[in-house]
Amino acid sequence: MTTEPMTPRASREEQVLERIERARRRRPRVREERVTLAHGAGGKATQTLVEALFVEAFRNPALETLDDGAVLSVDGGRLVFTTDSHVVSPLFFPGGDIGELAVNGTVNDLAVCGARPLYLSAGFVLEEGFPVDDLRRIVASMADAAARAGVSIVTGDTKVVERGKADGCFITTSGIGVLDGEALSASAVRPGDAILVSGPIGDHGVTVMLARGELDLEADLTSDTAALHGLTAALLDAVPGGVRMMRDATRGGVATVLNEIAQASGLGVVLDEAAVPVRPAVAGACELLGIEPLYVACEGRFVAVVDGDRAGAALDALRGHPLGAGAALVGTVRDDPPGLVLLRTAFGGTRIADMLVGDPLPRIC
Amino acid sequence: MRFVDEYRDAEQAHVLSARIAALCEPGRHYKFMEVCGGHTHTIYKHGLEDYLPESVQLVHGPGCPVCVIPMGRVDDAVAIARADPDVILTSFGDMMRVPGGTGSFLDAKAAGADIRMVYSPLDALKIAKRNPDRRVVFMAIGFETTAPSTAMTVLRAAAEGIGNFSVFCNHVTIIPGIKAILDSPDLRLDGFLGPGHVSTVIGCRPYEFIAAEYGKPLVCAGFEPLDVLQSVHMLLEQLDEGRSEVENQYARVVPWDGNPRALEAIGKVMELRPYFEWRGLGFISHSALRMRDDYARYDAERIFDLPGVRVADPKACQCGEVLKGVLEPWECKVFGTACTPETPIGTCMVSSEGACAAYYNFGRFTRERVKEAARA
Ligand code: SF4
Repeated sequence: MTTEPMTPRASREEQVLERIERARRRRPRVREERVTLAHGAGGKATQTLVEALFVEAFRNPALETLDDGAVLSVDGGRLVFTTDSHVVSPLFFPGGDIGELAVNGTVNDLAVCGARPLYLSAGFVLEEGFPVDDLRRIVASMADAAARAGVSIVTGDTKVVERGKADGCFITTSGIGVLDGEALSASAVRPGDAILVSGPIGDHGVTVMLARGELDLEADLTSDTAALHGLTAALLDAVPGGVRMMRDATRGGVATVLNEIAQASGLGVVLDEAAVPVRPAVAGACELLGIEPLYVACEGRFVAVVDGDRAGAALDALRGHPLGAGAALVGTVRDDPPGLVLLRTAFGGTRIADMLVGDPLPRIC
Repeated sequence: MRFVDEYRDAEQAHVLSARIAALCEPGRHYKFMEVCGGHTHTIYKHGLEDYLPESVQLVHGPGCPVCVIPMGRVDDAVAIARADPDVILTSFGDMMRVPGGTGSFLDAKAAGADIRMVYSPLDALKIAKRNPDRRVVFMAIGFETTAPSTAMTVLRAAAEGIGNFSVFCNHVTIIPGIKAILDSPDLRLDGFLGPGHVSTVIGCRPYEFIAAEYGKPLVCAGFEPLDVLQSVHMLLEQLDEGRSEVENQYARVVPWDGNPRALEAIGKVMELRPYFEWRGLGFISHSALRMRDDYARYDAERIFDLPGVRVADPKACQCGEVLKGVLEPWECKVFGTACTPETPIGTCMVSSEGACAAYYNFGRFTRERVKEAARA
C-alpha cells in the first residue's frame, strides 16, 4: 500500500470527482472497432457516436443544437425538419405496430419542437419473403395514423434486400412542419423551471419486451404510441412563452431526456422519484427484470420544461387533454450541480440518475 | 406491488435510522461488508446511505458474479462462439459488456459471432430445441443462486435427449470467496450482510464458522431497502451486546438449512473444481463448480477446444482491493477517468451490481454534496 496523503476523506473524494467531471467534459470518442448494439440504444454510446462521427462530419448550426428536429428559416417563415428510422421487433404489438409508430414518432419529433406537422415521407426497406398481407396492414395503419394526425405522406421510397439481410421491415419517416410560435430549445432552460411528464412512463418499452415472448410474464399493457401534436399545442396555447422546451422520451426513456437537458443547458435537474407516474404493471415487470422505468422507452410521452411560476397552469392544460390525463410535475431545474440529474428516491434517499450506457441489460440475480 | 411497498416505507426507514444512530458508540467507526451485489445495487438505487450515520460504512464484497469472472474465461467463451458458425452462445445480459483480453461479447457479436442474451438457462435450452442443427452453449455464471437453474436445465436436456445443448460452467461458490476475504491481512471489517439470494439455496448454516471462528457477526439480509437497514441494525445490536452470531433477517425467504431440492440438483450435475481463478482475488481452491463426468456430453469445456489462456488483469485495475473492501471504488487510480461504464477496465465497472459501476452511476458525489444539492 502506498502511504495515504493526510487529506480528509471528503476532500480527497471531491478531488476524484472533479477529475471525473473533467473527463466527462472531454470530447466524446468512439473507441470500438465495430458498431455494437449499444450504439443504437439511445444512451451514452449513441450520443458518443452521433457527436463524434455525425456532428463532427456534418457540422452546421441547425444540426449542432441536437434537438429532435432542425429549425430552418425559409423565405421568412420557419420550418422544422426531422427524420427517424423505425426498427421494432415484433412488428405488431399490443396497442400498435411499426407503421403507426413510424408516423407518430416523426409527428412527435415535430410537435415537441413546437411545430405544426404537415408532410411526411416514408422509406421502406423490406426483406425478401416478407408477407404482403403484413405490409398491407402496416401501410393501412400508417394511413390511419397520418389521417388522425392531420399529416400527408407525400413521398417515399422502397428497397428490397435479400432474405436474411433485414428483419422483415424497416421504415424511415421524415417530416416537415411549420413553426408558428417561438423556437423551443434546451438553451432556454432556466433555474427554477418545472419539469413535467405528459403521462405514465415505460408502457411502450415494457409492452414490446413482453410481446417478444422472451419473458414468461403476462401483463395487461398496451403501447402508449400516440401522436402528440394536439397535446403539445394545448400546452403551448395555455402558457404562451412559458414553455422552454419539450422532448419525447423514446429510446433511453425519461432519464436520458433529462440528462440531455442538463447537459445542453449546463444546469442541474432534480427529479422526485415518487412523483413520476408509472403503472403498477410496468413497475412490476421492471422490478423483475432489474431495470428502471426511468430508462424504458415511451412512444407517446414527452417531457416539458416550463417556467416554474406557470407550472400549475401548464399541468392543468396537459391534464385537460385526453392524452395528458396522467401528466405530472416531476422535478425542477437548479443551477447546481451543473450538467447532472439528481434523483430524490421514493425511499427518501438521494442519488445521481446518469445516462444509460447501452441497452438496459437485466441483472442476473 | 404491495408486497414490495411494504419494505419501502420511508417513515419506517427514519425510525430504523434513528435506532441505528443510537446504537453507534461515539468515536467508533463501523465497517460492514455487503457480500452481495444485489445489496450494493439496493443501497445506491434507493440512496440508502442517507439513512446511515457517517460512522457506519458499507463496503462492497465479492458477491457480484460478473465482477469475479476473470478475463480469460470471457476469452474462452468468445473462442467457443467463434469455434464454428453453427455455435450459438447464450448468456445473461450483464455478461455482454464484460471485457475479455480480446474484447467483450458485444464486440464479438458485432464481429459476426452469434451471441444471444437470455433471461434463464431454460431460454437457452429452448433456443437449442428450435435450432436442432446448431450447437447452443450457455455461459453459466453466478453463485449458488443461479447454479440450481443451470443444473435443472441440464437435467431437463438429458431427460429430453437434447444433444445440441451444452453449458460452459463458471458457477462459483460463495463461502470460499468470503473466507479468502476474511483471511486477507489488510482487512478490517466488523460484520457481514449475508447474501440473501444465495442463502435461499444454501441456507444460513454454512456461515456459522464466520461467527464462531472469526468472531464476526453475519446477518442474512433481504434486498428491499428496509431489509438492508434492519440488517445493519441487527449487526449493530450484536456488536453492542458483544455477540457474534449468524442471524436471519430474510427468514421470509431463507430457510436455515437451505433448499434441499436445489442443492440436490447442483450435486447431481456439478462437482467442486480443485481451484478456480477469481478476478482480483486470484486462485481460490474448491471455490467453483464444474460438470460431473456423468454429464460430460453437456460440458462445453470438454466439447470445445478452449485456449484456456490466463489473461493478467490490467495493471491499473484495483478490482481486487475494491472487492475486498480495502479500497473504495473512487480510490482506484483509474476510477471515472480511464475506467467508466462505457470503457470499463475492470469488471466492477460493468455490471450494475458492481461496486464501481454502482458508485459511478448512482453515487459519484460525496453524500453531503448530493444531499445538499437535492434538498436545497
Ligand atoms: S475503477 Fe475500474 S479498474 Fe478500478 S477497481 Fe473499479 S472496475 Fe476495477
